[in-house]
Amino acid sequence: MKKYMSFFKIRFISGLQYRAAAWAGISTQFAWGGLTVLMFWAFYQDGKNSFPMTFPELSSYIWMQQAFLAMFMAWFFDNEIFDSITSGGIAYELCRPCDIYYMWFVKNMAVRLSRTVLRCFPILIVAALLPSPFNITLPPNPAAAFLFLISVILGFLVLISFSMLIYISAFYTLSPNGVRIIAVSVTEFFSGSIIPIPFFPESLQTIIYALPFSSMQNTPFLIYTGHMNGADTLRSITVQIFWFAAMTLVGRILFKKALKKVVVQGG
Amino acid sequence: MIELKNISKTFKVAKRNAGFSEAVKALFKKDYTYIKALQDISFTIGDGEMVGYIGPNGAGKSSTIKIMSGILTPDSGECVINGRIPWKDRIRHVKEIGVVFGQRSQLWWDVPVIDSFELIRDIYNVAEPDYKKTLAQLIELLNICEIVKTPARQLSLGQRMRCEIAASLLHSPKILFLDEPTIGLDAVSKIAVRDFIKTINRENKTTVILTTHDMQDIEALTERILLIGKGRILLDGSLSELKMRNSSHKTLTVDYTGEKLPEYENMSVIKDLNGHAEIIIDTNLMTVSQAISDISANVEIKDISVAGETIDKTVVSLYKEFNI
Repeated sequence: MKKYMSFFKIRFISGLQYRAAAWAGISTQFAWGGLTVLMFWAFYQDGKNSFPMTFPELSSYIWMQQAFLAMFMAWFFDNEIFDSITSGGIAYELCRPCDIYYMWFVKNMAVRLSRTVLRCFPILIVAALLPSPFNITLPPNPAAAFLFLISVILGFLVLISFSMLIYISAFYTLSPNGVRIIAVSVTEFFSGSIIPIPFFPESLQTIIYALPFSSMQNTPFLIYTGHMNGADTLRSITVQIFWFAAMTLVGRILFKKALKKVVVQGG
Repeated sequence: MIELKNISKTFKVAKRNAGFSEAVKALFKKDYTYIKALQDISFTIGDGEMVGYIGPNGAGKSSTIKIMSGILTPDSGECVINGRIPWKDRIRHVKEIGVVFGQRSQLWWDVPVIDSFELIRDIYNVAEPDYKKTLAQLIELLNICEIVKTPARQLSLGQRMRCEIAASLLHSPKILFLDEPTIGLDAVSKIAVRDFIKTINRENKTTVILTTHDMQDIEALTERILLIGKGRILLDGSLSELKMRNSSHKTLTVDYTGEKLPEYENMSVIKDLNGHAEIIIDTNLMTVSQAISDISANVEIKDISVAGETIDKTVVSLYKEFNI
């Protein structure tokens, strides 16, 4: 366990070095969040009752999404990992007494978390100071806050176990770009990062909730805003646990298979 | 103890001819060729030995190293290293080996080298007192006291290579695989690296297996060499044995003053310009000293050097000998 912690630490610390990128990210996300909130505001002017979420819920959802963007962004992959597979740098990692699946898992967590830590606080603070109803509000009750905490961790794990499958696909295709583009578009659309899932048509929602993507950012953010509550929350958290377990299991099996046929090129 | 018995490995490579129609055809049906990277490789290396593993590009050197370090799984054959099969018991096996791939880096690019070292310490679970002792020894022998505080991206190749070697020895492995450790290094760094390898082999009794294209590495370091070509072991013996196998042609390079060289019996002058000549002799027909005395009878020799054939030529002639 200690080795994975050290590995996390070194990645986390080196991620904290990129402060200028963080400031650029913060301003972009703030502008983007503001535009999205205002766009929805324009729609809500037409009739508040025709929308599935109340406007304060929606504002909180959007600001949470912006604050935790680095944690849940689907398009972000660690190119070092793809390079190590396609160029053979993995040779060194294979010479370590470690499980590479977990090593990469931890590495992904560290990179995303270090970015999130740098970005989330300024966004959350400024968003909280905005005038109502455009601001972010606290969860409706302590229970929701607690369940949000559990759910956000699970959502993060689901996302990373899904990214691991994309990394592993590089062993089989040698050029990960195709798989990557499809995976990113599908994840973006079905995870609620373009529009929150409650805004989808009812019939489509049933399907979407059965897919792993809704277990990523949608579930924790809806719990935070109070839109998801009661039995729904527990059911969604169970679904998150299921997807995390299932995708990790599949990932581990595929990874073991891939290592058997690994061809380290050149050198 | 390293034992390889009848190891074979084949790679599948997709191939197509040039041209658009061929590219379209390849969409539907891919042609593969099978490359026999290793065929029937067998050898045994004892504890504390230092072995040079040489051969031309694509001969199968790196593949063998990768099999011995548990990265590749061979198609057939047995490989037992310190009682373990590398690819079956990878994690326990790699704890006892250190690997340096001269063409890749194991140091984290944007943190000081010492941070990478500490991470490696944690990865291998090295106890703090052992780590401190080994690190002190490595820092002294490799002269990297100041360098380790610098991020890896700011090091020169020679500095980085010394750190790479240190990094692979932090867990005091019993076996060290060095895959082209002196590639691209200048003379000073090469000598530093060679001296270091000699020292750890002598003092820590570390088994060292070294692949290289640099014959000086081999001459400076190893008693025993394994010559591999086209996936087969061509020769397992000492360096002098290899030189004996070397074909009997020698090249004399002569700088002289005086008239142009005349024609000699049993010598072929392949170049003779402005007092600089290259002459090939066959030692079966005449000795080197005979040739030199013949030449000096005609001209005043300023400088002379005698060279055997290069290792690559030897390999080519061995290919012919073994009919492969």
